[in-house]
Amino acid sequence: MLKYILKRLLFMIPMLLGITVICFGVMHLAPGSPTDLQTQMNPRASAELKERLRAMYDLDKPLYIQYGLWVKRLLVLDMGKSFAPDRRPVTEKIGERLPVTITLNVLSLLLILAAAVPLGVVSAVHKDSWFDMAVSVFVFVGFAVPTFWLALLLMILFGVDLGWLPISGLRSLNYEYLPPAAAFWDLVRHLILPVGISAFGGLAGLSRYMRANMLEVIRQDYIMTARAKGLSEFQVIYKHALRNALLPAITILGLSIPGLIGGSVIFETIFAVPGMGQLFYMSVMARDYPTIMGILFIGAVLTLVGNLLADVAYAVADPRIRVG
Amino acid sequence: MDHEFRRRLTDNRMALAGGVIVVLLFVVSLAAPWLAPYDPLAMDLTRILDPPSWRHWCGTDQLGRDVLSRMIWGAGISLKVGFVATGIAVAIGALLGALAGYYGGWWDAVIMRLVDIMLCFPTFFLILAVIAFLEPSIWNIMIIIGATGWMGIARLVRADFMSLRERDFVTAARVLGAGDARIIFRHILPNAMTSIVVAATLGVAGAILTESALSFLGIGVQPPTPSWGNILTAGKDNIDIAWWLSLYPGLAILITVLGYNLLGEGIRDALDPRLRDGR
Repeated sequence: MLKYILKRLLFMIPMLLGITVICFGVMHLAPGSPTDLQTQMNPRASAELKERLRAMYDLDKPLYIQYGLWVKRLLVLDMGKSFAPDRRPVTEKIGERLPVTITLNVLSLLLILAAAVPLGVVSAVHKDSWFDMAVSVFVFVGFAVPTFWLALLLMILFGVDLGWLPISGLRSLNYEYLPPAAAFWDLVRHLILPVGISAFGGLAGLSRYMRANMLEVIRQDYIMTARAKGLSEFQVIYKHALRNALLPAITILGLSIPGLIGGSVIFETIFAVPGMGQLFYMSVMARDYPTIMGILFIGAVLTLVGNLLADVAYAVADPRIRVG
Repeated sequence: MDHEFRRRLTDNRMALAGGVIVVLLFVVSLAAPWLAPYDPLAMDLTRILDPPSWRHWCGTDQLGRDVLSRMIWGAGISLKVGFVATGIAVAIGALLGALAGYYGGWWDAVIMRLVDIMLCFPTFFLILAVIAFLEPSIWNIMIIIGATGWMGIARLVRADFMSLRERDFVTAARVLGAGDARIIFRHILPNAMTSIVVAATLGVAGAILTESALSFLGIGVQPPTPSWGNILTAGKDNIDIAWWLSLYPGLAILITVLGYNLLGEGIRDALDPRLRDGR
C-alpha cells in the first residue's frame, strides 16, 4: 500500500510539470503584458521605462528560462511576488485564502454524499415509484440548471425578500463583538447558501450514479443469497447492497473535485467569499501572472491529491482491490 | 437513420420533448429579427428597470432595453457558441481518439496522458485565464471552450476504434489496399459516429452552460451584445430591485440545456436499448 502511494506521488510530478507547462505557455503566449496596466495610463512612460519594468519581472527573458526560474523557485516553495500593488509573496496570499476554499469544498462534498446516497439508494430500491420519478426529474433539472442562476434566485428569496440569510462575505460586520456561540452561528448562516448551492451542482451526478450502481448490485447473486438465508430486507439493502454500491461512488466523488474547485470561482465571486476562487478572478483581471500560476498549480495539486485519496479510500474499503 | 432507430427515438417521450425544445430554439434564433418586439439595443431612459408588464413581458433592464427582445437575440448567440465550440471539441477529440485507438503504442500512451492531464485540471480556471488574456470575443470563447472539452470524446472514439480495428471489414479494407487514412476516416469513423453524436449533443449543453457562466462573470459575450449570461450580470447588479432580470434569462438557459440533455440521452437510449434500465 505504502509503495503504491509513493508510486502515485512520484507519478504526480510529470503530471504537474505537464499542467504547469501548458498553463505557462498559454498565459505568456497571449498578447499583452502585465506591465501594460501600469504604463498604459501613463503618457510619460517611455519605451525605456517599459523595458526596465519588464526586466524587473523577468519578462524580457525567453519563455523557457522564465519557466525554469519559476520551477526552481517552486522547489523551495517560493512562488514569487504578486504583481498586484501590494507586492506580497504569492504563497502568503494563497495561504490565507486556501483554507476558506478547502473548507467550503469539503463541506459541500460531505453534503453531496449525505444527500446523494440516500436519494440514489431509495430511488433504486423503489424503482419506478413516484419517488423514483421525482428524483429522475430532479436529476435532469440538476444537470441543466446554471448554478450561478440558482444562487441569484436563492439570494433574492432568502436574502432580499425574506431577509433570513446574509448574501455576501463570511462574517457580519459585528463579528468581532459576538459571543462564541453567536459568532459560530453567524458563520454558519453565511455558509448555508454558498455550500448548499455548490453541493447542488454535484448532487445530480452522484445520485444518478448511486441509483445505477444500486440497480446493478441488487441483481447480483449474493443479494439473492442474503435474501435466501432470511435476512430482513433492511439488512439486505443497507448492509449488503449499499456497501457494494457505495464503492464506485468514491471514484466519482474524486472526479468531481476539479468541477468543485473550478466552480468556486463563480460562487466566491457571487457571494463575495474571500477564498482562492475570488483571488483567482481578481488576479486574472489584473494579469497577475505569479498569483495566477500559483493558484493554477495549487488547484492541480488539490485535484491530484483528491484523486489519490479517492483511490486509496477505494482500495482500503474494498478488499477485492489489490494495489501495488 | 434506420426505421427502427427512428421509431425508438419518437417512442421516447423525453427525447421527443428535447427534440421539440431544440427545434423551437432554432426557429426562435433564426426568426429573432421578426419575433423580437423591440430592438434589443434600443435604450429607453424613461423606462429603466420596469417590471414585467403587457408592454414589456419580461421587464426592462438598467438601460431601459426590452429584456424579452434581448433574450430572443441571445438565443442565437448561445446556439452559435454551443455548436461551434462542440464542433471544435469533436474535431480534436475524434482525431486524437482515432489516432490513439488505431495505432496504439506510443500514440496511445502520449495522447492518453494528455487526456489525463486535461481531465484532472480545474478547466474553468484555465478557460477564465485564457479568455481574460485574449480579450473576450465570441470567437475566442468558442475556441477555448472547444479546446478544453474534447477529452470525453477522445476517450469514446479511442474505445470504439480499439474494438473496431480488429473487425473483419477493416481487415478486408486493408487487404484491398486501403491506406491508414482511408481506413480511419472512411471505414472506422462512420461506425463510431453514434457515440460521437450522443457526446456532441450533451456537449452543446455543456458549452452553453460554460458560455453563460463566462458572460455572467463579465468575460464572455460583451455588452451591448445580448447574451443570457450578461443579462444575468445585470440581474446580480440590481438584485434587490429587479428580480425579472435574474429569473427569465436563467430559465431560458435551463430549458435549453435540458432540451439538449434530453435529446442526447434519448438518442443514446434509442441506439442502445440495453442502457435503458442502467440509468
